[in-house]
Amino acid sequence: MIPFSIDGQPVEGREGGNILETALDAGIEIPHLCFNESVKPYGACRLCLVEVVRNGKSRMAASCTHPVQKGMEVFTRTEKVLRARKMITELILAMCPGDKLIQEMAKGMGIDEVRFKKEEKDCILCGLCARVCDEVVGANAIHFAFRGDRREMIPPFQGEATNCIACGACVVVCPVDVIRMKEEGDERTIIRWKRTLKMKSCKVCGNYFAPWFQLEKFKEKAKLPKDFYDLCYTCRS
Amino acid sequence: MARLSSPQELGKYRDEILSKRNPDQPLITVCGGTGCHASGCHAVVDAFRKVLQEKAKGNGIGLRVTGCHGFCERGPLVVIHPKMVLYQKVKPEDAPAIFQETVLNGKVLENLLYEHPATGEKIATEEKVPFYQKQRRIILGNNGNIDPTQIEDYLAVGGYRALAKALFSMKPEEIIGEVKKANLRGRGGGGFPAGLKWEQCRNAPSDIKYLVCNADEGDPGAYMDRSLLEGNPHSALEGMIIGAYAIGSHEGYIFVRHEYPLALENIGIAIQQARELGLLGRDILGSGFHFDIKISRGGGAFVAGESTALMATIEGNVGEPRAKHIHTVVSGLHDKPTNLNNVETWANVPVIINEGADWYGRIGTEGSKGTKIFSLVGKVNNTGLVEVPMGMSLREIVYDIGGGIPGGKRFKAVQTGGPSGGCIPESMIDLPVDFDRLTEVGSMMGSGGMIVMDESTCMVDVAKYFMNFLKDESCGKCTSCREGTKRMYELLADITEGRGTMDHLCLLEDLGWVTAEASLCALGGTAPNPVLSTIRYFRDEYKEHIINKQCPAKVCRQLLQYRILSDVCTSCGRCSKVCSVKAITGKQKTKKEKGEPFEIDAEKCIRCGMCFESCKFEAIEVQ
Repeated sequence: MIPFSIDGQPVEGREGGNILETALDAGIEIPHLCFNESVKPYGACRLCLVEVVRNGKSRMAASCTHPVQKGMEVFTRTEKVLRARKMITELILAMCPGDKLIQEMAKGMGIDEVRFKKEEKDCILCGLCARVCDEVVGANAIHFAFRGDRREMIPPFQGEATNCIACGACVVVCPVDVIRMKEEGDERTIIRWKRTLKMKSCKVCGNYFAPWFQLEKFKEKAKLPKDFYDLCYTCRS
Repeated sequence: MARLSSPQELGKYRDEILSKRNPDQPLITVCGGTGCHASGCHAVVDAFRKVLQEKAKGNGIGLRVTGCHGFCERGPLVVIHPKMVLYQKVKPEDAPAIFQETVLNGKVLENLLYEHPATGEKIATEEKVPFYQKQRRIILGNNGNIDPTQIEDYLAVGGYRALAKALFSMKPEEIIGEVKKANLRGRGGGGFPAGLKWEQCRNAPSDIKYLVCNADEGDPGAYMDRSLLEGNPHSALEGMIIGAYAIGSHEGYIFVRHEYPLALENIGIAIQQARELGLLGRDILGSGFHFDIKISRGGGAFVAGESTALMATIEGNVGEPRAKHIHTVVSGLHDKPTNLNNVETWANVPVIINEGADWYGRIGTEGSKGTKIFSLVGKVNNTGLVEVPMGMSLREIVYDIGGGIPGGKRFKAVQTGGPSGGCIPESMIDLPVDFDRLTEVGSMMGSGGMIVMDESTCMVDVAKYFMNFLKDESCGKCTSCREGTKRMYELLADITEGRGTMDHLCLLEDLGWVTAEASLCALGGTAPNPVLSTIRYFRDEYKEHIINKQCPAKVCRQLLQYRILSDVCTSCGRCSKVCSVKAITGKQKTKKEKGEPFEIDAEKCIRCGMCFESCKFEAIEVQ
C-alpha cells in the first residue's frame, strides 16, 4: 500500500490505484461523473479535480486518472479546486439543463443561474456507457462520434446498434439516467441505441427473461452447452 | 546499387557521386515545394524540359526539381547554378530566354530578378536578397540544392555522414550526451529537452522501444515540417536512425498527415532508397544495428499531433489524448517506451553530430540553442519559411526578413505558436524570440507559426477565429476544453456582434483560466491563449466593442455603420442598385434632372459592404 495524504488526513492507496478511489474508500467525498470502479478511469468530466502537491510543486489534476504516489499531498477543497469545479458544473448544466443530478449538484455549489446559452442536450458525454459496453460486456456496440463541440454518443451511423445485446449495463451506469430500457411482450428495447431484441422464455415458468441474441452470444463466448439458457435465472437456482 | 556494408563503402560511393558531378556545369533548379507548386512551378519545369530536349541534348546541362526554398511569396523560384542566379515569379514562357541568355551565354535577365523594395536595386543572387541575408539556414539550406527523390543528391551534400560517425565512432551514451550538451529542445511545441527524453527512453526497461517522428503538423498556415519532409526527407530520416541507435530502438514510425501528399510520396521514396543502400533496415552499414521505419497516415485531426493521441491513432484507436502521469518514454505506443520528436527536431540531429554540440551551442540564446524555422505569414511583404537563430528579435524577423507590412500600414501584433499561441503587441516587437521569452509574454513557440497582423486586423475577431478552430479541433473528451472553447467562442461572437457587456470580459477570463487549468492535454492547456493574450494586450479594443459598439479595425461587420456623404454623393444610384436589401433610397439624376443624394436606412442595412465597394466617388463612409 502507498501512503499519502488527502486534506491532511493520512490514507493508503493500492499499488496502481488512483486518488479518487482511495478518497472514496476513506470516506472523503470528491464529486465525479465519469468514474465507475468497474471500468478504467477516463478523466473526461473533470469534476474530480484536486490539487496535488509533490516535491513542493502544486498542480491541478483529475483525481480519477492520477496514480497514487508515495508522500504526495492531495487537497480536494482549495480555492482553485472549488472555483474550477463550480465553473465545470455550470458548463455541464448549460449543456444539459434538464438533468436532475446536475441540477442538484449545481444547487449544492451555489449556482443559481447559468451564464451561458442553454442547450437542450441530456447526455453529459462521460462515455461510461461505451466503456462498460467495451470493457465489461465486450459488445463494443456504441462509441463517441465526431470531435470537438459536435461530439455525440450515438449508435453507429445513427442507426440501430447492431452489436448491442440489450443487456442494460449502460442503463445502469449512466450517471444522469438518460439511457432507458423498456420491455413489452416478448421484446426488449434500448431506446437510445434503437435496438429491439426478441426475448427468450423460460421452459419452466414461461417468463421472458433475456434477449435470444444476448444468450447466444454468451453461449458462444463461454462455450456453454446448447441448453444452458433453457431455464430462467430463478428457475435454475 | 548494391547495399553499402561499411562506412568506407559509403565514403567511396559518395566520392563516386561527386566525381561524376562538375560544380561548374550549368544546372537549372526549380523549386518544387508546395508554395511554388501552387503558383505553377510544374508548368515551368515542363517548359525547361522541353527546351533542354530540343536544344541541349547530351551536353550535360542539368534540370533539378528541388524542395522549398522558403521565399514562397515570389514563386515559382528558379536558381541557375553555378552562379546561383535567382529568378522569381518565373512563367513557363520565360524558359527559352533563361536557357539561351543565362545558361548558355551567362547573361542575367534583369526583368526576372528580385527588386529591392526600398532602393529599387535588382538583386541577382539568392544570398544577397534581404529575405535570405539575415537567415541562418542550417536545416532548411539544403532544400534548395537537392532533388528530394534522389538519395545521391543528399549523399553529395554530405548526407548520412553523421550516421556513419554515430554508428562507428560513438557510443549511444555519447550521442545522447552530445544532444544534451547541445541543449536541443523539441521543435514541435513543448520545447522539452530532446537529449533528456532520449536518455529516459533508453533507461526505461523494455525489450521493445519505439521511435516516432511527428509530422502531423496541423497549425493553420504553418508548413515547416511539410517543407522539410517534401524537400529533404533524408535529413529527418538520418536523425531518426541516429536517435534509434542512441535509444536502442529497432522500430520507428513517421506519422504524416494524409493531407500532405507530396511529403508522403517523398518520405516513402526516401525510406525505400535508404533501405536499398543499407542505410535502413537490417545491419545498417554493416554495424550490426538494425532499425526500420513504417509510415502511418493521419486523418487530419489537429489533436492527433498531441503525442499520446498520435500514439493512440497509430494503434488504430480514436485520436484522444490520455493523462501522462506515466510518460510516453516509459509507456507509450503499445505500452512500450516510445520516443517522439517532430520532423524539425530530428533534422537537427545530424547537424549536431556532424558539427558537434559546441558549435551548435554557439547559435541561439542561453536556454534555446540552434535555429528555428518559422512560417512567416499574414500581413507581411515576404511571406514564406524563414530559419533564424534563436533569440532574433521579432522586429528583425518582421521587418528585415519579412520586409515589413504591405501597403504602408501600421504593424499591430504577431501571433506565434499556432492556434493556441498568443498575440504579441507592437510594444514588444524587440522581444528576442526563444522558447522561454515567448512563454513569458503569454504566447508560445509552438511549432513555429508566425502570423503578422496590421492595423486592419481586429484582435477580438482574431481571438474568435482561433476559438472557432479550437472548438472544432478539440477532441471533445474534457468538459473544460470542449465546453470552454465553445463558450469562449460564443462570448466572443456576442462581443463582435454588439451584444457584449463587461460581464462577458470577466467571464472570458474566468473560462480561460478553467479551460487551461482543468483540461487534460496541451491543447486545452493552451487553448485560451488567443483570448487571454488579446485581452491582456488589447483590452481597450475589447472595451471599444463592448461599450461604444465599435470595431476600430472595421472588421466586425455587425458593428459597422455605413453612411453616404451627401455633399460628395453624385446621385448616380449605383449603390442603390447593388443593395440586396433595398436599404438605399434617393432620387437618381437624369439628363434633365439633378437628382438628390442617396441615404442608407440603418435599420434595413445588413452591412454587407456592397455599396461601399461599388461607389466610384468615395461618397460612402464606414464608421
